[in-house]
Amino acid sequence: MATKFTFTEKKDTRSGFGAGLLELGKQNPNVVALCADLTGSLKMDAFKKEFPQRFFQVGIAEANMMGLAAGMTIGGRIPFTGTFANFSTGRVYDQIRQSIAYSHKNVKICASHAGLTLGEDGATHQILEDIGMMKMLPGMTVIVPSDYNQTKAATLALGSHHGPAYLRFGRPSWPIFNAPDRLFTIGKADKLIEGKDVTIFACGHLVWNAIEAEAVLAEKGISVELINIHTIKPLDVEAILASVEKTRCVVTCEEHQINGGLGDSVAQVLSRFRPTPLEIVAVNDSFGESGTPTQLLKKYGLGSENIVAAVEKVITRKL
Amino acid sequence: MMPNPSPSYLKDLASQIRRDIVRMVHGCQSGHPGGSLGCTEFFVALYFKVLQHNNKFNMDGIGEDLFFLSNGHISPVWYATLARAGYFDVKELSTFRQINSRLQGHPATHEHLQGIRVASGSLGQGLSVATGAAQTKKLNGDNKLVYVLMGDGEQQEGQIWEAAMYAAHHQVDNLIATIDYNGQQIDGPVKEIMDLKNLKAKWEAFGWQVLECNGNELEELIVTLEKAKSLTGQGKPILNLMKTEMGNGVDFMMNSHKWHGVAPNDEELKRALAQLTETLGDY
Repeated sequence: MATKFTFTEKKDTRSGFGAGLLELGKQNPNVVALCADLTGSLKMDAFKKEFPQRFFQVGIAEANMMGLAAGMTIGGRIPFTGTFANFSTGRVYDQIRQSIAYSHKNVKICASHAGLTLGEDGATHQILEDIGMMKMLPGMTVIVPSDYNQTKAATLALGSHHGPAYLRFGRPSWPIFNAPDRLFTIGKADKLIEGKDVTIFACGHLVWNAIEAEAVLAEKGISVELINIHTIKPLDVEAILASVEKTRCVVTCEEHQINGGLGDSVAQVLSRFRPTPLEIVAVNDSFGESGTPTQLLKKYGLGSENIVAAVEKVITRKL
Repeated sequence: MMPNPSPSYLKDLASQIRRDIVRMVHGCQSGHPGGSLGCTEFFVALYFKVLQHNNKFNMDGIGEDLFFLSNGHISPVWYATLARAGYFDVKELSTFRQINSRLQGHPATHEHLQGIRVASGSLGQGLSVATGAAQTKKLNGDNKLVYVLMGDGEQQEGQIWEAAMYAAHHQVDNLIATIDYNGQQIDGPVKEIMDLKNLKAKWEAFGWQVLECNGNELEELIVTLEKAKSLTGQGKPILNLMKTEMGNGVDFMMNSHKWHGVAPNDEELKRALAQLTETLGDY
């Protein structure tokens, strides 16, 4: 069984953020970075070392960090905040809502250790609600890149994007399947595999699981169209509808609650514009727990075998 | 801006702005007159004497002093001051809190009202924003200052102390914060709701330079703010602990938390306006 995308190296997506931030710092002197006592975990050390005047250690005070970032935009700076996804969203939702989103500040909220694949730290840190919270804020761009290269590309793209944005990435070492020069455009879905029987829309780490699932399904004679929806908001409605027109059934995959995530966004598009059978591979209204990333994805139904099963099910529901 | 307004003109402004506040709140039958009236001298002193600002508003505010209002519910006094300082037409004050207005119940940037740089109202956030803006000024080599006003009830918010710790640690010494120390909050006297104990000692312990003044005495206030300016650039952020009287200028609104967020009826409006001379023309 051969996957259509392969990898020779695995790396964590957070390192893609760190590399992107450093490069962006060199390109744009207005870029500043703030971190709430997780510089090493967020891979912001290189930026800090290269640009000490433009790096702000905030300590364990995330609410203050969001306010500071909002203020720093006044005068033309572009702040990138760094902490875990849990502390980047739920903990500071009101600060983001009022000082950043409602005030339309050009703050880039960069969030690592999202989802189950954070692993052993357990459910306190494995946020699975952040995409939902952030996409509900008017004017907020939400990006969930899929590997090291795409996280780096997304970070760079945010440097020339204006307005509040949420960038979600993670901790585990993960296959790098996107070529370093693969085009990344905020808001534009990325078609990885052309197919005709079913469309899989995936984001984040689960794009790789979907690549694996496609190989299994291809052997079974099922032609999968795989599209990486790296930008949850603004959603590429046109690309979704164009694919569904052809395949007439859909599976979505994400490392997030079933409520409020990518599946939810796609369901809304389908029910409004083209009612289509849909299966959602996501965490089913539960918290996570300690374990290795692979064990957790398996236990909570996010493995490639779950995607295969969802595809086989949705195909039987085709109208 | 008028280069050096006379004390009598500043008093006229205060009287007119108080009229504006009471009329605005009466007009929509909602809003917060008490804290607005208590802070009138502060806004007059700031916008007509202390702040180096440009009423041709620019969001980035490069080369000018910036002001942030953290306790956004006292928006009436800010809006009236901005209008009287020429940021927008005073006639617009009549739209306060009404549909399709730029003068939202709490200050917002969303409708592009000149003079507002961040939304406020959910308490505790303004000091963080002001501190960030002050650090950008430093990065930009801009030697102008950043001012922020907070409430005393607002000192109960944890984020205030996160920002207080941060600004001192990072030596944000181009920042002048003021607390409206009127001793009242919605549910009653601050002392009874959640006592702040020794607020001055708290801020000093956090590493700030603390000044005190009576915020309803215009001259004393101006002297204090000038003193605060002279203390900038010395490694410490500055806090002005400003005693005020909620409802100041309208006898029946003073000495109580009752008028924190209540609008006067027609009869009360009449009684209030009788105590406040129309000096510059009502909107």
